[in-house]
Amino acid sequence: METQFTPLLSLAGGILIGLSAVLLMWLNGRIAGMTGILAGLLPPFEPDWHWRAAFTAGAIVAPLMWIAGGNSIDFQNPVSLGASAISGLIVGIGVTFGGGCTSGHGVCGMARLSPRSITATITFMISTFVSVYLIRHSGFLS
Amino acid sequence: MKNVTALLTGLVFGLGIALSGMANPAKVINFFDIFGTFDPSLLVVMVSALITTFIGYKIVFGKNAAPLFEPKFSIPTKRTIDTSLIGGSIVFGIGWGISGFCPGGAIPAISFGGTGTLAFIGAMLLGLVIGRSLMHGKNIFARP
Repeated sequence: METQFTPLLSLAGGILIGLSAVLLMWLNGRIAGMTGILAGLLPPFEPDWHWRAAFTAGAIVAPLMWIAGGNSIDFQNPVSLGASAISGLIVGIGVTFGGGCTSGHGVCGMARLSPRSITATITFMISTFVSVYLIRHSGFLS
Repeated sequence: MKNVTALLTGLVFGLGIALSGMANPAKVINFFDIFGTFDPSLLVVMVSALITTFIGYKIVFGKNAAPLFEPKFSIPTKRTIDTSLIGGSIVFGIGWGISGFCPGGAIPAISFGGTGTLAFIGAMLLGLVIGRSLMHGKNIFARP
């Protein structure tokens, strides 16, 4: 499935992602990493689950508000339901052992020049590339 | 107050993710599909988010000894690069490549209403619990 290169939207989005990371650190002293935020919302709930729930709710509602304002956002999912579920399980286990995902390691940790986050980000970017290559071009899943 | 600021910050995050294309699985997969339907958008996202955060953190840490609504900054203190970090990141990448969803991309995508998104998130939450139980022993409800 082809998608259009969207430099301006992606630049605006990237700046907003960065801005949210900076704001959450300045105001609440927290890393804006989705893995860590979600992990504290699962049993046994972290004592500070309230702000985590508030952040997650905001992240879900924002695109809805944008669309309600008469704007549109592209969403194309070429992946089957079963593959999405299998992927979810793999991602959940992986980010737990890896201690973070694209937001926590890739943005916040990289911005702090954390050696752990730089290592994790390079590792999962290569791994994702290999995963996509094997699925789309090796024919080993078809 | 910190819940209000978390909500507002979450709104900025969700809008940023949605506009950037990180919540669009086709776009994410195409970024990694260099030998196929390549779409470089995500490079723009990662670089602009990183530069914004880098400069912002410098200002925040340079001008403040503590955050506005908490007694101290909560920064990860772990320094070791171990097999858990690398192995977990490899596993995460395999999954990200299958669906095009990472945790931060999938949560705002709930608003688009796809069943694939909900299947991913349900399984991911289960994966987070299973992952923690594998890392910290048998009782999945014990605090690590």
